[in-house]
Amino acid sequence: MSASASPEAAATTTVEVDSHTINFGPQHPAAHGVLRLILEMKGEVVERADPHIGLLHRGTEKLIEHKTYIQALPYFDRLDYVSPMCMEHAFALATERLLGIQDDIPERAQYIRVMFSEITRVLNHLLNVTTYALDCGAITPALWGFEQREHLLEMYEMTSGSHYHANYFRPGGVAKDIPAQLPAKIEAWINAFPAFLADLEGLLTENRIFKQRTVDIGVMTAEQAIAWGFSGPCLRASGVPWDLRKSQPYDVYDRMEFDVPVGRHGDCYDRYLVRMQEMRQSLRIIQQCLAQMKPGPIKLPDHKITPPTRGEMKRSMEALIHHFKLYTEGYHVPEGATYTVVEAPKGEFGVYLVADGTNRPYRCKIRAPGYAHLQAMEALSKGHMLADAVAIIGSLDIVFGEIDR
Amino acid sequence: MVDALEADIQAVVAGRLPLCFSRDRAGQELVAHTTREALLPLMLLLRDTPSLDFAQCMDICGVDWPGRPERFEVVYNLLSLTRNARLRVVVPADEVNPVPSVSALWPSATWFERECWDMYGVVFAGLTDLRRLLTDYGFEGHPLRKDFPLTGFVELRYDAEAGRVIQEPVKLTQDFRSFDFLSPWEAMTTLPGDEKVHLNRVEAPKPEAPKP
Repeated sequence: MSASASPEAAATTTVEVDSHTINFGPQHPAAHGVLRLILEMKGEVVERADPHIGLLHRGTEKLIEHKTYIQALPYFDRLDYVSPMCMEHAFALATERLLGIQDDIPERAQYIRVMFSEITRVLNHLLNVTTYALDCGAITPALWGFEQREHLLEMYEMTSGSHYHANYFRPGGVAKDIPAQLPAKIEAWINAFPAFLADLEGLLTENRIFKQRTVDIGVMTAEQAIAWGFSGPCLRASGVPWDLRKSQPYDVYDRMEFDVPVGRHGDCYDRYLVRMQEMRQSLRIIQQCLAQMKPGPIKLPDHKITPPTRGEMKRSMEALIHHFKLYTEGYHVPEGATYTVVEAPKGEFGVYLVADGTNRPYRCKIRAPGYAHLQAMEALSKGHMLADAVAIIGSLDIVFGEIDR
Repeated sequence: MVDALEADIQAVVAGRLPLCFSRDRAGQELVAHTTREALLPLMLLLRDTPSLDFAQCMDICGVDWPGRPERFEVVYNLLSLTRNARLRVVVPADEVNPVPSVSALWPSATWFERECWDMYGVVFAGLTDLRRLLTDYGFEGHPLRKDFPLTGFVELRYDAEAGRVIQEPVKLTQDFRSFDFLSPWEAMTTLPGDEKVHLNRVEAPKPEAPKP
């Protein structure tokens, strides 16, 4: 300071910065749920960040061990409640692989699953990008984004009967066929959506305030991101072109043409850019699914695994028995274990499923992408200001349903 | 692909560590079984050998097998981005003897190991931060053990007189019902005189039983 020239001012330049601890959350709106973050501050600067999680722990894994495979599926909707169908996808695939029926799933069911996975990805990224902008002080994107989300949730409701907890992907296919009017609705939405994305980008991408809050904040190098177990958009923002839909494709992703957007700096801004581009790529995949999908069965005809139709049950005794046995005892899955992953909107969502030959999973470990991302909170926020911690949490795409399980 | 990976790992380890392999899911997933003592050197080799390059530790979890002499298994799911391969490493564990922590190799292991301690009570040696993670502050017990009841032991409620949240033993208004589908009556799937049904049925291949 210029005042330090005078002797009396020099005596008073000693500034005492006390290190103190603050409790961020669990009721803070920018904590994205029930995150309790203990922040040790040195003035305005974060010295140590210690996330306390588990406030939404519902014992999902324990409950699944006490349920049949069909009863376990709805729990997956309640994990990452922002992108329910992608969670179901992982469990359905894991069960199918243990049953050894993964190659028999009807093609139409696979297209429907891929299509809804991508709709779910847009659903998730819309919520993340807009609430993330809200954390950084922009209110309009959230208001606009939720309107768009409503269109997508209507598609959910038309197909599965429920806005969020769809319980739609099942081992052996999907629960029921998509309604006849859905393709036209999706087409109309696909035509309108790019204009919305352009509007959203117009609000944020070159916005000076948004860039000041996010560029060079929470930088993760590629090596760090790999070591911390990052996956999905957070890994790609650090410059690692890794996408499970490309590298380990499941269902009909190997027939889809799409690009994998990759960031360069690994900061909060790149994570936002990657998500924006991914939404455009998802549109491409949805379009291809609609174009390639052919009429046909949507679940395995084996009624030991999938329920018979209501009409059959009215006429056939055997169908009635199948229905009864399926919804009481369920099916017995042969002994074995699998670690099955899907590219969920947040990253690698894995299910480690151990079957012991009975009708219940012996162990079902759920690997949530947000869990690994939140763990790196201290590495990301150390040395940043308090307000930056909020931007970092927003950019990681945290949902506590899947982290706390 | 799985065979090539197994051969490469065998070549790198070269018999210096106790290691054996099994396959899961009809030979499509490779599982390596090792011991607690050999875990750290093995993981170091898996991570740092350029031809293997298992740079990501995606998941660590416990599995409880109460019938076994060492009742727990700690399961590491590793991913190699350059090889596009996954490997599962399984280590037996019990309540007393600690498993060496891999948190120095992969920082992502810290929370997974904390969770494993929280849920199963497996101790990790060398983990600097062995706190509970998912359960409540002051929780007792390890809830994912098979002998821990689904309903738990205590429940919380707000007591207006005491003016705080208190813990009480669980009171269930209806007994917890669990149906045993393995009783001999229901498990008799082949009825006498009905054997011909099974002649046409293709049985799923049984995975080899791992013998570490």
